[in-house]
Amino acid sequence: MRRAMWMAFLVMTLALGQAVSAQSPAPAGARTVIVSTTTSTQDSGLLDVLVPLFEQQTGYSVKTISVGTGQALALAARGEADVTLAHAPAVEKKYVAEGKMHNRRLVMYNDFLLIGPESGPAKIRGDKHVVAALKKIAEAGARFVSRGDKSGTHVLEQSLWKTAGVTPAAPWYIESGPGMGATLGIANDRQAYTLSDRATLLAFSRRVDLKPMVEGDRLLLNIYSVMEVNPANGPRVNTAGGKAFADFMLAPETQAVIKAFGVDKYGQPLFVPIAGKKDEDF
Amino acid sequence: MDVLVDGVRQAATLLARADAEVLGVLWTSLQVSGTATLIALLAGIPAGVVLALTRFPARTLVVSAVNTGMGLPPVVVGLFVTILLWRSGPLGALEILYTPTAIVVAQAVIAAPIVTGITLAAVQNVPAKFRLQLVALGASRPQMVWVVLREARLPMLAAIMAGFGGVISEIGASMMVGGNIKGQTRTLTTAMVLETGKGNFDVAIALSILLLVLVFGINWALTAVQQRR
Repeated sequence: MRRAMWMAFLVMTLALGQAVSAQSPAPAGARTVIVSTTTSTQDSGLLDVLVPLFEQQTGYSVKTISVGTGQALALAARGEADVTLAHAPAVEKKYVAEGKMHNRRLVMYNDFLLIGPESGPAKIRGDKHVVAALKKIAEAGARFVSRGDKSGTHVLEQSLWKTAGVTPAAPWYIESGPGMGATLGIANDRQAYTLSDRATLLAFSRRVDLKPMVEGDRLLLNIYSVMEVNPANGPRVNTAGGKAFADFMLAPETQAVIKAFGVDKYGQPLFVPIAGKKDEDF
Repeated sequence: MDVLVDGVRQAATLLARADAEVLGVLWTSLQVSGTATLIALLAGIPAGVVLALTRFPARTLVVSAVNTGMGLPPVVVGLFVTILLWRSGPLGALEILYTPTAIVVAQAVIAAPIVTGITLAAVQNVPAKFRLQLVALGASRPQMVWVVLREARLPMLAAIMAGFGGVISEIGASMMVGGNIKGQTRTLTTAMVLETGKGNFDVAIALSILLLVLVFGINWALTAVQQRR
């Protein structure tokens, strides 16, 4: 009996070891592309559609690391990724200027909305200008939930506060920390204002009863760019793979997929493809 | 409440139609945490036995370190393993960051002190006089250790359960060193965080039910062995 148990144990050990090593074949270096990107591209499900396409077309195997834009760029600057898909133009340009990232190209945009409770104290429903609306929120001392995590959404929010000339502070200003979805939950719970990208808001529409307050302002455009990592950032950067992924994101077929993405589920596209456009065009 | 009901229904549906993605995630979790637990046992049992049966200077210090390690926060392990495995890190040449192997490494580091600590306590609980008696009866040292371990086998099974239960349900390290990559390093816990982030609460609940059933099943089997008389 005991012998049988030991045999079973041994067989299990071997089987497990086999399975794990089979799943992670010997480091295939140049065949693997590490894409550091933002949570919104993953949470929206877009990458789940695009990555298999890219792998099919090129034979590369992709590892997507979905983190906040701040971390996505920081990882790339250390050479821990090969290509970055981010949505914080100001920060991106800084990295490009420092030479950490190369060849920044616009891929697509969606937009942010300032949302809040229907009968909110700041009375900003339907305002055209987000900066003016934020000023009213601050003046009213109305609750506002911030991502507080250096994500693209947070970076944009901070720059908007700066433009508004307001230094947001507790008690009305709440810094949350987790992702967009969780932040929407907190804002909903506290009946507070917050800034959300449209894709995540649509995904949460069933559980969040906050309403759009300000949308369509040029400042609320959420522009995604792809950047290749400077191989000098660290050892083992897969330059060719990173470029291949960046080129793939801008290819007409990929842009068509982006344009159609989300229509079946939400009745409207989540992203607008803009390959070839420049920042000045917006 | 309707969310919970939806979740339970969703769990049943996902299991009933053997959803390939869910089964893949389940299998990854089992493989990774199973392998990590085995490694932890291979390292932790001998270490626990040695610590229990020998006396050396600074032993109290080492035992305290092991006891601290039993509560090692997974994010701390995740952070340090990530930095070690970075391309620019000392072990970067292995290129195993963001693979199941990296999660195995991190989880083994988390589970090893748990196994060591429980082994240590189990072996120390076998009366010293019993050991003396064995030696007096002519047992060699390996024979003595073997008999003592057999005496301590009930708490030793608890070590397996605690180690496995600890790693299969941890999230911080899996997320950091694995990267939650679809089809590669997505485990039950990281998938749960992702689905919650997406607003798919029913899927997240379904996954958590799966996790609980899995851990319960394994503990049940081990407890059955432990309590068999």
